Amino acid sequence: MHAGDGDIRSAYRDYSAWLTEQSMDRLRQKHEQADLLFRRLGITFTVYGEDEGGERLIPFDVIPRILSHDEWAILERGAIQRVDALNAFLHDIYHDQEIIRAGIVPAELVMTNEAFQPQMLGLDLPQRVYAHVSGVDVVRVDDKTFYVLEDNVRTPSGVSYMLENRETMMRLFPDLFAQSVVAPVDRYPEYLLRSLQAVAPPGVDDPTVVLMTPGQYNSAYFEHAFLAMEMGIELVEGRDLFVDSGSIFMRTTEGPKRVDVIYRRVDDGFIDPLAFKPDSALGVPGMLSVVRSGRVTVCNAMGTGVADDKAMYCFVPDMIRFYLGEEPVLQNVPTYSCRKPDDLKYVLDNIAELVVKEVHGSGGYGMLVGPKATKAECDDFKKRLKAEPDNYIAQPTLALSTCPTLVEEGIAPRHVDLRPYVLSGEKTRVMPGGLTRVALKPGSLVVNSSQGGGTKDTWVLEAPVIAEEE
Amino acid sequence: MMLSSTADNLFWMARYMERSENTARLLTGLYHMSLLPARRGTQTGLWEGLFQTEEERSHFLSKYDTFKTDPVLTYMVLDRDNASSIRSCVWSARENVRATRHVLTTDMWETVNSTWLDIAQVTYADMQDMGHHDFLEWIKTRSHLFRGVAHGTMRRGDAYDFWRMGVFIERAENTIRLLAARAHTFKPTGPASRPDTATLDYYQWGTLLRSVNAYKAYREIYKSQIDPRRVVELLTLNPEIPRSVMACVEETSEILQGLRPRSRAYEQAADLLNRLQAARIDRIYRTGMARFLEDYRGGLHDLSLQIQKDFLMIQ
Repeated sequence: MHAGDGDIRSAYRDYSAWLTEQSMDRLRQKHEQADLLFRRLGITFTVYGEDEGGERLIPFDVIPRILSHDEWAILERGAIQRVDALNAFLHDIYHDQEIIRAGIVPAELVMTNEAFQPQMLGLDLPQRVYAHVSGVDVVRVDDKTFYVLEDNVRTPSGVSYMLENRETMMRLFPDLFAQSVVAPVDRYPEYLLRSLQAVAPPGVDDPTVVLMTPGQYNSAYFEHAFLAMEMGIELVEGRDLFVDSGSIFMRTTEGPKRVDVIYRRVDDGFIDPLAFKPDSALGVPGMLSVVRSGRVTVCNAMGTGVADDKAMYCFVPDMIRFYLGEEPVLQNVPTYSCRKPDDLKYVLDNIAELVVKEVHGSGGYGMLVGPKATKAECDDFKKRLKAEPDNYIAQPTLALSTCPTLVEEGIAPRHVDLRPYVLSGEKTRVMPGGLTRVALKPGSLVVNSSQGGGTKDTWVLEAPVIAEEE
Repeated sequence: MMLSSTADNLFWMARYMERSENTARLLTGLYHMSLLPARRGTQTGLWEGLFQTEEERSHFLSKYDTFKTDPVLTYMVLDRDNASSIRSCVWSARENVRATRHVLTTDMWETVNSTWLDIAQVTYADMQDMGHHDFLEWIKTRSHLFRGVAHGTMRRGDAYDFWRMGVFIERAENTIRLLAARAHTFKPTGPASRPDTATLDYYQWGTLLRSVNAYKAYREIYKSQIDPRRVVELLTLNPEIPRSVMACVEETSEILQGLRPRSRAYEQAADLLNRLQAARIDRIYRTGMARFLEDYRGGLHDLSLQIQKDFLMIQ
């Protein structure tokens, strides 16, 4: 919230004036009200292995994270650029592989990647889009600099929190929205549907789009149902679909109905038990052959995971230069690949200063935050690094920006990151906002909800003169 | 058009919600009877009547000692091990709504979810504090509220139809169940009610009528003392009583006709309706009450299965 010299950043000026007029009691009361709202709306995630009670709330903080119009302009340009490059990369590695031939990305990193799907080779996708929905996780380190922590181009989740957090804030603090010019995010479902319709198989006029979920016990089920409802499309599970004469159909009360676009929130491995995991009950037998014949479009495409791997991350700035001929707007965090002997040596020598992550890990598991770790923990990680260097990368701890947050002791700064959502269809666009995750423990850098992180509403302030879009 | 699996969830959502209300109605009736002067000391027999099969009895007895008010109400209202307790029904209804919330209105979801969040917290001590009557009344009101919200907010389409069908099938089955539990007290011939049993009839059948909100209707239509035969007529054959078998089958048949007139399910519903319309209470008495009720219980069960086969089945 504060600029380097201690002044309140301009984006927060109005809000800060408002905040100083609020009593702690009122804020706490609003906080409780928010919890109630979320619980009643069922905005919960499921904790595996618990029974009826296994539904938890992700802590919500009533103090928003605010970005100025200028900050957002940088972020928007950078996120679109990054996703465009990732889509170009995916098209390339599943076709001519020019980036490998040019010696920019090592072949073995692609071909031996678990997420690489040979079945996708040579397949031409509508609009050449592989990642229709992407989440680019960023942190701000100073006024103009954003670092990308990671790209998410498989089945990124959390967008329902972006929408519901805003909804909740508007219910709780209508007065605030009356005086600030906060860019709206509520058109996301409409743009998402538009992107999905834009990638229907050629020749299909009025495509039937469905959302495929692993089912109501999946941790992100609320989001699946929410998006299906907002888009007015069917929410299907594998058992609702079947393959017949080269197309995919859903079972309805009026008999089979053909499906053209599947926005799937099921991982690659569970889409088609014939092709991938034979024991999976989530998928649709034979679906892959329909995908390959181009008669159904699966979003995101299978095999996108090869682009958002932590090992591939280092190459994204080069991809931007290679495919778009531009300099990256968003910076990569300097990253040491432990597979390189020099980098490994550096990481082992400086482990107490670094954050070490598993290449394929997610959700904040299997990572070491050097400055916060004990010597024993560091030593333990060193052993793991030496045993399996390929499996790890390391990054310096960043001077992450903080945001005022309502905690036990009052209002205190906590570290935040931000995931803007990027949609790719006939064009690439970003909703002005995103999911701000906040580390609720003092000093903590880990924002994952599975590790006690919370969320905030994200405000992008509109430019003083609002330009008409489209 | 909607997904078969979604229609299935809607159908069951309706049935579970309706069942929670019916159980509350049944328990209210029995609870009142247990307080009657004539009933003092025979409380046990009254509650024991709830458990009609050996399986139900032994499941209850595996957790509780006697068929007294406290344990029976605990079991029937709050016990999570009892799949047909009110708490379990609300949970199942809520889970079915959760699976279909994308086709339901937000208000419907919030209604069933807040009912669940409330009942999930309730202990037997809370129920006693509130009073059994008021608590069961609250359940009924929540079901009324849900039905009202559904009726007032749902788009008239397939979702609405499958929801209503679930309500009517469950309701008809429940009315039959209520009557069947009394069927053994009928005699094939003889006067409707002998003076010496009149008082007991009044309490028992009066309670039954009240539990389905048909007491006033009975008074208006028959303008006479409570006669079991007429109670049965009212609750099976009178299309004006919303919880009568006739009214429920009529509604179901109409919905099926609108959905798909060429379906087997519609044929079965229409056949059931014809038979009900042709039935006369005197003849039913002669052939035997128990047999009549068993016939229609079976008919409704088959109809429910056929609806599942025609519309809801997931192969």
